[in-house]
Amino acid sequence: MKRFLAFVQKEVYHILRDKRTLLILFGMPVVMILLFGYAITTEIRDAKIAILDHARDENTQQLKDKILASTYFLLTKELNNEQEIAEVFKDGKTKVVVVFEPNFGKKLQTESSANVQLIADASDPNTANTLVNYLQAIVADYMMEINQNANIPYQISMESRMWYNPELKGVYYFVPGLIAILLMLISAMMTSISIAREKELGTMEVLLTSPMRSGQIIIAKVVPYVILSLVDAVIILLLGKYVFEVPILGSLPLLFMEVLIFILLALSLGILISTVAATQQTALLLSLMALMLPTILLSGFIFPIENMPPPLRVMSNIIPARWFIVIVKSIMLKGSGLDILWQETVILCGFILFFIALSIKKFKIRLE
Amino acid sequence: MTNEKIIEVEQLMKIFGSFHAVDDISFDVKRGEIFGFLGANGAGKTTAMKMLTGLLSPTSGKATVAGFDVYKETEKIKKTIGYMSQKFSLYGDLTVKENIQLFGGIYGLKNKVIKAKMHELLGRLGMENSANALIDSLPLGWKQKLAFSVAMLHDPSIIFLDEPTGGVDPVTRRQFWEMIYETAHNGTTIFVTTHYMDEAEYCDRISMMVDGKIAALGSPDELKKGFNAQNMDEVFVGIAREGKVLK
Amino acid sequence: MRTILFLVRKEFLQVFRNKGMLPIIFVMPVIQLMVLSFAADFEIRNLKYYWIDKDQSEASRLLRNKLDASGYFILSGTSMNTEDANLALEDGVTDLVFEIPADFERDLIRESRSSIQLNVNAIDGSKAGLGTFYANQIVQDLAQELRTEYLSRLKFEPVKFQQINTTYSFWFNESLNYKTFMVPGILVMLVTMIGAFISAMNIVREREVGTIEQLNVTPIKKHQFIIGKLLPLWVIGLFEFTIGLIVARIVFGITSEGSLMVLYTFASIYIVMVLGLGMFISTFTETQQQAMFISWFFLVIFLLMGGLFTAIENMPQWAQTITLFNPVRYFIEVVRLVMLKGAGFWDIRSQFLVIASYAFVINSLAVWNYKKVA
Repeated sequence: MKRFLAFVQKEVYHILRDKRTLLILFGMPVVMILLFGYAITTEIRDAKIAILDHARDENTQQLKDKILASTYFLLTKELNNEQEIAEVFKDGKTKVVVVFEPNFGKKLQTESSANVQLIADASDPNTANTLVNYLQAIVADYMMEINQNANIPYQISMESRMWYNPELKGVYYFVPGLIAILLMLISAMMTSISIAREKELGTMEVLLTSPMRSGQIIIAKVVPYVILSLVDAVIILLLGKYVFEVPILGSLPLLFMEVLIFILLALSLGILISTVAATQQTALLLSLMALMLPTILLSGFIFPIENMPPPLRVMSNIIPARWFIVIVKSIMLKGSGLDILWQETVILCGFILFFIALSIKKFKIRLE
Repeated sequence: MTNEKIIEVEQLMKIFGSFHAVDDISFDVKRGEIFGFLGANGAGKTTAMKMLTGLLSPTSGKATVAGFDVYKETEKIKKTIGYMSQKFSLYGDLTVKENIQLFGGIYGLKNKVIKAKMHELLGRLGMENSANALIDSLPLGWKQKLAFSVAMLHDPSIIFLDEPTGGVDPVTRRQFWEMIYETAHNGTTIFVTTHYMDEAEYCDRISMMVDGKIAALGSPDELKKGFNAQNMDEVFVGIAREGKVLK
Repeated sequence: MRTILFLVRKEFLQVFRNKGMLPIIFVMPVIQLMVLSFAADFEIRNLKYYWIDKDQSEASRLLRNKLDASGYFILSGTSMNTEDANLALEDGVTDLVFEIPADFERDLIRESRSSIQLNVNAIDGSKAGLGTFYANQIVQDLAQELRTEYLSRLKFEPVKFQQINTTYSFWFNESLNYKTFMVPGILVMLVTMIGAFISAMNIVREREVGTIEQLNVTPIKKHQFIIGKLLPLWVIGLFEFTIGLIVARIVFGITSEGSLMVLYTFASIYIVMVLGLGMFISTFTETQQQAMFISWFFLVIFLLMGGLFTAIENMPQWAQTITLFNPVRYFIEVVRLVMLKGAGFWDIRSQFLVIASYAFVINSLAVWNYKKVA
């Protein structure tokens, strides 16, 4: 036991001595959560629009005022003719041009019908689509206003209730994913590199010839990373809770248990990689290609899984982070318990057993 | 050997923080001499050598190499010296031929000269058949001899060897020293660091470094006489035990 | 000049002999571009809805048909019981729950108005927002249809109803193909990542292995060394960019509206900038591990703040100001402007200026910070 502790101490020294890496290990979660919390948002705000008003009457003025009064739109330019439309799109800033037909107000009075044309810059299709939708809604709203006195039959209203995230904050969605990514980064990537480093520098042989058993050596190597990972997870949870007010509705012990399971999973992956990789560079690239990218792309962290083409959707099932993200989201935001999440938890444990069995097999082959 | 001084060092110091890696050393090296720099690991040999090769700027003191100042004229020094480092430093993923071409090119040798040198060098080392082998695939002894030859490619007037025989078997070490003798015989000055005491016997003059200072300086015979010792090992033990300094 | 050629030759030999590097340079960009472009899809469709119909009327049946036909929604389950729906919401089986109250149709006819309950899983805020929006549109559509039908059955027009018709057209990407938007951006990400990583790791590796010491005692000039390192990597960077363009064309059928000359001119300056960044990182790191981590850290921030996945216009003002210092942002802007809208030199002159100054500053910093010592 004493020997074991001395060993853990050596690993801790290695980590603490490398100030730059340490700074990044702790700076990374803070910066990422701040970015996701404050800066990265799909919410549309102050989208720049231009208006081409051929009519310039009372109705178009009212409608313009209504559009610009919303927080979504900001007027960049009043255009004078059709030619200017193409020009205003060129610099990439203006997203939509609203065109009112000539005699808009008059037509509305005499023919009971008038036309508005929306021209959107669809090089970013999502934004274009959303903006057109918003504008249509504003126009429909205005229509209701001017028809107030008419008794309109068949009105259906919708009462919607936003569950779990009433203010539709983006952070709610990103916090669980961030935890998964950072745990992968620290636990899997760092351990695989650090073991590969000992192999590369030849210090691994020294350790293996020591009276310690190889299992002990590996455990001693990973203990400090377990602690680091836990600290990072706590940082994210604290920032999420106190800065962005992401609630933790479920049980805290359960959450930590799941986090611990995921850390073990990531570590077993890291160990597996290090049994395959002979150099740091290989370990690095393997972790990056086989772990980080799939975790970021296919876990549902940023991109919704249901939108992916079928092959990728199938692939996402073998990404451990996918299941972990479901677990964390459910515990934090829905307050779910093990009764609902037992399946995902079993899957994670299955992954751990599989990876460890595989590493042991690889390790034995090498010794023979 | 002439009496012309090719390296002059006066009160040279290198301080890292509060650690005096090289602490006030002074010595000369004469043209054509094999000058040995001895000492335990961490005695400051490599630091001293790095200052003389222009890799590291001294904290204080004076030193010239081939008449060039180690503070201001490092680039000129680099043209006139050869260097073989403690770590093996030819490119392992390049072939023998490619390494020779690379370093020949870096020192500005003409293609014709490079070709001739390569031919001559491979012939001397008996490696004609390995010209297209990757360096990584060669045994360590061959690599060392090759690294030495590559360091000599541009006919430097001084060559610095930093622990050139580390980890090499005795036979190769012997062959290696024969190469050094031959080079010195052709008029090149050799500056070599080592911690093998028996190798000290091969040098014309040696300086013993202990804790950043020169503890003893002279020819092997002078040192043995001074310490009343049979061989250099005993000289070293004498220095360590008595802390006695002989100049 | 001759010295530089020798160094360039050495770098190329090393790259092509490195069995680990080759697949990364040749295969990885293709795979990444394909997987990423298929995975990176924010388009909201296939929202799962749960249906509770306590009315079982003609009107509710019409609404359900409309939902199914819209392409935005897929039915995940039906029940008469609110509890079942709530459980489905918690389990993540469904994204939203429509609840049609009893007497929905009766109220609609007798009182002229009626309401529907919508419960949404809002953990993913933007998805929930859009989902609600689509749902509302479909419901209003239904209302409009019922109304038109009702009015047409009347012989006379009881009230004058003023109608504003909105028509819309999408320019530059008529079919609203998300890939047309993402692929150029991902291309930028690839070039940036590979460029920064290989240049950062390349120099640090020489330091770790010890070969740099041998170079340092030779009379190589600083600029020779740096050009000798950068030139081969620059060629590789442009090569990556070309592979990316070819994949975009063959796999996704995306061709550039604007001139390739403009694109390549900008790319070649941008790559100089990226390589300089990697080199700058390598000047203050000692191990490949450190270099990798620091590059990672900066790249993640640059890419997230570069407008690749989320539009810069949506960021708060202070964050938008920060992105002005983000080189990735400019390249993404330029690639999209040129490839999708056919912008020319004059349209992107300001981005040109920024990237050129960036390239100059970061490379000067790297050269200045690179010490030719052990």
